[in-house]
Amino acid sequence: MTAVLDNVRFRAADPPAIALESAPRPPMLRNNALMDAIFRNVTRFFAFLVFSLLAAILVSLVVGAAPALRKFGLPFLWTADWDPVQENFGALVPIVGTLATSAIALIIAIPVSFGIAVFLTELSPVWLRRPLGTAIEMLAAIPSIIYGMWGLFVFAPVFQIWVQPLLKKTVGQVPWIGSLFAGPPIGIGMLTAGIILAIMVIPFITAVMRDVFEIVPAMLKESAYGLGSTTWEVVWHVVLPYAKVGVIGGIMLGLGRALGETMAVTFVIGNAHEISRSLFAPGNSIASALANEFTEAVGDLYTSSLIELGLILFLITTIVLACSKLLLLQLAKREGTVA
Amino acid sequence: MSAVVSENPAYRRRKRRNAVMLSLSAVALAFGLFWLAWIVGVLLWEGGTALRPSLFVQMTPPPGSDGGLANAIFGSVLMAGAGTLIGTPIGILAGTYLAEYGRRGWLAPATRFINDVLLSAPSIVIGLFVYTVFVAKVGHFSAWAGALALAIIVIPVVVRTTDDMLKLVPHSLREAAAALGAPTWKVITMVSYRAARAGIVTGVLLAIARITGETAPLLFTALNNQFWSSDMNHPMANLPVVIFQFAMSPYDDWHRLAWGGAALITLFVLAINIAARALFRK
Repeated sequence: MTAVLDNVRFRAADPPAIALESAPRPPMLRNNALMDAIFRNVTRFFAFLVFSLLAAILVSLVVGAAPALRKFGLPFLWTADWDPVQENFGALVPIVGTLATSAIALIIAIPVSFGIAVFLTELSPVWLRRPLGTAIEMLAAIPSIIYGMWGLFVFAPVFQIWVQPLLKKTVGQVPWIGSLFAGPPIGIGMLTAGIILAIMVIPFITAVMRDVFEIVPAMLKESAYGLGSTTWEVVWHVVLPYAKVGVIGGIMLGLGRALGETMAVTFVIGNAHEISRSLFAPGNSIASALANEFTEAVGDLYTSSLIELGLILFLITTIVLACSKLLLLQLAKREGTVA
Repeated sequence: MSAVVSENPAYRRRKRRNAVMLSLSAVALAFGLFWLAWIVGVLLWEGGTALRPSLFVQMTPPPGSDGGLANAIFGSVLMAGAGTLIGTPIGILAGTYLAEYGRRGWLAPATRFINDVLLSAPSIVIGLFVYTVFVAKVGHFSAWAGALALAIIVIPVVVRTTDDMLKLVPHSLREAAAALGAPTWKVITMVSYRAARAGIVTGVLLAIARITGETAPLLFTALNNQFWSSDMNHPMANLPVVIFQFAMSPYDDWHRLAWGGAALITLFVLAINIAARALFRK
């Protein structure tokens, strides 16, 4: 603390604070009062700028999407047509693609993230926690486009030759869900996109789970151990129930990330404007449709339909992320009252 | 006693369950690290052959001929630099308000909430936003639009870290400075900022790392340019969009250049991330 204070240079010319009592104030103090007001209001202005950014994005997208909103109305949401020539547009296919790939991502990422968080908080030797945690965080640092390129050139061929035939032979034979794993193995498609999304959201979900596991009071855990619980029982019956709200918040954060992910999905989803029952088939997501078509879109209606897609995406992710934040705030508040 | 424990089937079942579940958690960690190793390994392998000096001096070539990525590297540095220079002061000032003045009133908590949503908002939507408010109004794509989109991505990262780091500065420091007669603005600029400097710089570094690889917001703003350009009012080449275009093309030469660019970006981003963590820990 003193070290920091040593670095602070107060100029000797500063008048002593006692001078405050005498009127009129010396010019130096008047300047300070003025500077205080300026500094306060400048920071306030920029805080307000950040505050209004979300609304500004929303308004600009609504304005940009206005022609499509007027022409197609609400049925835009469940219309499957996407015909630039006839200028007939509907959002069903990209919406389904976005939700399906994000669902696959979460199904894979939730148990894996949970496992990693348990390992890092309960099992890992202390000296290994930081390097292992940093390595997992690096998964979040790799840019999206790198995942896309790696997915297209490296992962998809491996997936096509080794994994897809295997899936087809095993789960593909199960009634009901078998048709999800049918059709020609072409490497790219909804399932590939979902798996790559899973890898991309694992670090986000893991980070939140780690944080909320670490705030579980040691006394609770020790009590359970004292009663003879195994490590797993402590995690499952003590840590997880205590941190439940935060864990759900972390999952929502991962979902928000997965829904809006663009470049990685664009590379591997196949960009076919159709819905098929098989996850091996190529599809489309809102973000990948935007990335592929926006700069080539001709005509106001085409452009504004794409902007409306962006608006839908923005609304969904904002709601999901807001829920995530509210859940985490709730946990933080409870933590505040406990401590 | 222990003999009794080991013979009791209930105990054995619980211990087995414990061992299985904990092994699975180790497997989950290995699963995560496996992808990291695979991706970085492929980048070093594929990019290693593509990272030549000519990459940094030659322009992006037409298909079928040799070239480099000089104009794209230059464009990326220029736009990321401009985006950082625009976004950082805004982010630091807004973050200062949240941490230093925001104890009362509605603005600080509301901004903090919205900022956290923006932090994870899809970057392609940021691109759409800049397109509708800037590109569509001006009538053409430009590097300034790209820089603006990147600045909007920088802001929430810097706001968040500035806010968090200033909140870590002990109150006694501020009180000590105030007791010496320092006005609030001096307390903030000369005490709080200095105490939180490492953390704030970390935030800026992380923001730079984040925008270096951003592709989606540049697609509709800076677009691309096959030639060397330093005119911020016109479309400009940049690494991520060039990688996207080259990787999606059917030409082998372009693929190799794309791998080179991908390796370059990833090594840069990972290096900044590790440097930022090392700096913050100090």
